[in-house]
Amino acid sequence: MKRAVIMLACLALLAGCGPQAAPTTPPKMETGISPETWALVPAGEFLLGQHDHPTMLDYNYEIMVTPVTNSQYARYLNAALAAGKVKMANNQVVGYYAGDKFQGRRHEKKITAGDWLHVPLASQDLRLAFDGQTFTVKPGYENHPMTMVTWFGAQAYCEFYGGRLPSEAEWEKAARGSDGRPFPWGHEIARNNANFYSSRDPFEKNVGTLGNTTPVGFYNGKTYDGYQTLNSPSPYGLYDMAGNVWQWTADIYEGIHYRYLRGGSKTNYGYDLRVWTRNSAEPTYASPSVGFRCVRPVSK
Amino acid sequence: MPAITKRLNFLFRSTKGLVLVAIALIALVTALFGTLSGPLAEWGVKDIVVRGLGLRLVEAEREGRIIMLYHAIALAVVAIETYLITALVPMKQSEQTRINGTITVGYITALVFGLLFAYFGRNWICHGLFLFGQSLIFFAGVQLAVALWPWKREYRRQDAAYARTRRGLDLERTAFFTMAVAMLGSALFGAAAGAYFGNGFESFLAENVVREPHKTALQLAVIGHLHIMLTLIGVALTLIVGRWFDFQGRLHKLAMPLMIAGTIIVTLGVWAVVPVEEIAHYIIYAGSVPAALAAFLLVIYGWRKLIRERLAEQGLKKASLRQNLAALLHDPLKFGALWQMVYMNFVVTFVGIFMAIRLEKIVRTWPWREERVELTGHWHVLAALIATIILLYYADLIGLQGKARQWFGWLVIVGSNLAFAAAALFGTKRLYVSESAQQPLVNWATTLIDLGLATVLVVLASLLLWRLVDLFQRKGLWAKEWAEADLAAGEEVRR
Repeated sequence: MKRAVIMLACLALLAGCGPQAAPTTPPKMETGISPETWALVPAGEFLLGQHDHPTMLDYNYEIMVTPVTNSQYARYLNAALAAGKVKMANNQVVGYYAGDKFQGRRHEKKITAGDWLHVPLASQDLRLAFDGQTFTVKPGYENHPMTMVTWFGAQAYCEFYGGRLPSEAEWEKAARGSDGRPFPWGHEIARNNANFYSSRDPFEKNVGTLGNTTPVGFYNGKTYDGYQTLNSPSPYGLYDMAGNVWQWTADIYEGIHYRYLRGGSKTNYGYDLRVWTRNSAEPTYASPSVGFRCVRPVSK
Repeated sequence: MPAITKRLNFLFRSTKGLVLVAIALIALVTALFGTLSGPLAEWGVKDIVVRGLGLRLVEAEREGRIIMLYHAIALAVVAIETYLITALVPMKQSEQTRINGTITVGYITALVFGLLFAYFGRNWICHGLFLFGQSLIFFAGVQLAVALWPWKREYRRQDAAYARTRRGLDLERTAFFTMAVAMLGSALFGAAAGAYFGNGFESFLAENVVREPHKTALQLAVIGHLHIMLTLIGVALTLIVGRWFDFQGRLHKLAMPLMIAGTIIVTLGVWAVVPVEEIAHYIIYAGSVPAALAAFLLVIYGWRKLIRERLAEQGLKKASLRQNLAALLHDPLKFGALWQMVYMNFVVTFVGIFMAIRLEKIVRTWPWREERVELTGHWHVLAALIATIILLYYADLIGLQGKARQWFGWLVIVGSNLAFAAAALFGTKRLYVSESAQQPLVNWATTLIDLGLATVLVVLASLLLWRLVDLFQRKGLWAKEWAEADLAAGEEVRR
């Protein structure tokens, strides 16, 4: 019996010795997908949610082809800081928000008018550096999605450039088109469709099964150092609409202060990457698995 | 042919055979469908199973599939408890036969056709048979409640060592009866909602709507149903274990009224979730305390009895602390069944209380997916602990002796405890580590969970393999068990 217990303990010890998270510079990989591009989503009906409710969005809109990258967000912060749209306070980037209507419901918290957290600079997980004057991106993360950004920080970015965060319906329509598919690329998920838990992408090798972010547009059919990806855009040509990072959406619902996230992330199982899957968090929540993209009216 | 008939008689007409069949079916379902998630899915076993069996896994139907899988397993567990109750609590032989027969046909029909519907294409005939099976189980439950009716003259408790009223009403029987009636009501409570969601409407998992500010009455009913059914399965098992230990004396007299009151209050509290959600939780807390206290009294009684009997066997009148402890741990099956009840508090109850108390300050500052991990872990652990107690009891029932008893008992206890401690740690990991630093903890926790559960499953598989081999022997254990059952069937009312 004793021998068996010792053997079990040894097995556990060995099994626990997987790769561990460490701040490393990721391999530089160019995807060829420009984060500056936008896709048109035409007006029309689509199937919303797990149970395919026919829903009409009667207007055209444009949505970013990829999530906002660290480079884009650093550039924005420098511009917004100079323009006085955001400010520094207690090692945080903060900005003004006009507040939510408070209903006083059970579990509801007040989101009042005032300055709210956009980006926590003290976090080790932030891929940006700030020298007191200028924001730069930590090497290797330039084309990775911007993370450690709160809902306020995401919304402020979009508004700065004349856009806004997508509503949940806009996000889902952009992800699945009109044929009711569960994943942006179709009906089934394979490991090399997206960055999710234990998907064995090259970035998992260094940090373990929970993974690291992959550069935006990574799953486009290219081969990276022998790792073959499947081309996995949505029907409107969007990348990373499943996996990599959760994406903030705009909707504010009556009686609750949470904001909703879509898309699943590098830390979730494949089923959490289904287009109708929701997550929610307080608007001040920032995480290495949360990013965003913007929508805007159709440019003339 | 007579050889097969004899074996079928054993498997489907004796308590030990019926319990064996149900455990084997649960084990098969667990082994098969366990490959569709967790480490086996990661290792690619899922793909092989899906292709090999031709499973039809439509993404939008995942939640519905899981609900049917949970039901398939839970119904078999309810059947096991029913077999044990009809064997342990005095009732007419004809009643026992009718109840066991009805529930056996019911749960096997529901299990087989429910899983066929869920995983092999949506054949609505299968769905109809799934509902028919569940209806039979409900009907068996009605028969059980009738058989347990505690106010019958012949079931008055004469022995003053057991909890009873002045007029001789057997309070333990009343506790069983209360549980049975509460379970029937709670099944209806779920069936009403199920009739809407299950008929092709919008099935959902309760943990997926936990943060929704507006829940419909039917959603609340589903949430209530799953909580109360698991609770009542726990209550039933506590009462069964009490019979196993021949729970009696002062503690029994205290425990039974507490269990009856606790069962009634908790059940009403959960039903109240639909009309008055705001105060329902307080009623549930008020009912949980006496029910938990009753279980605690059983543990005290049982452990004291274990020590007393072992020391008497050894001829020790005065024993040191070490000798007392050795006596307590001497029989892992009996010690383990009660230990699992105690351990449940560490990995389920205390974690749940912490979550409730710190809901706003801590838990609801996490993203919902983190909260969901804890919620699902919480009730999976509770359900699995209940399963291990049944296994320990079954091993005692079939007379596992010597080293096999020791190995079986201790491996189930250690394996499950290791897994559930790691699961509790995993579920609450955001308390200890940030998201970016969690990989080592996740590695350790998942490894321990897998290792612990694998240990329990291997031990269970060994037991079942032994019983399977035994069935091929002319004078195997099965033949002895069937002969005993045959003898017992001669008595009109068993005591």
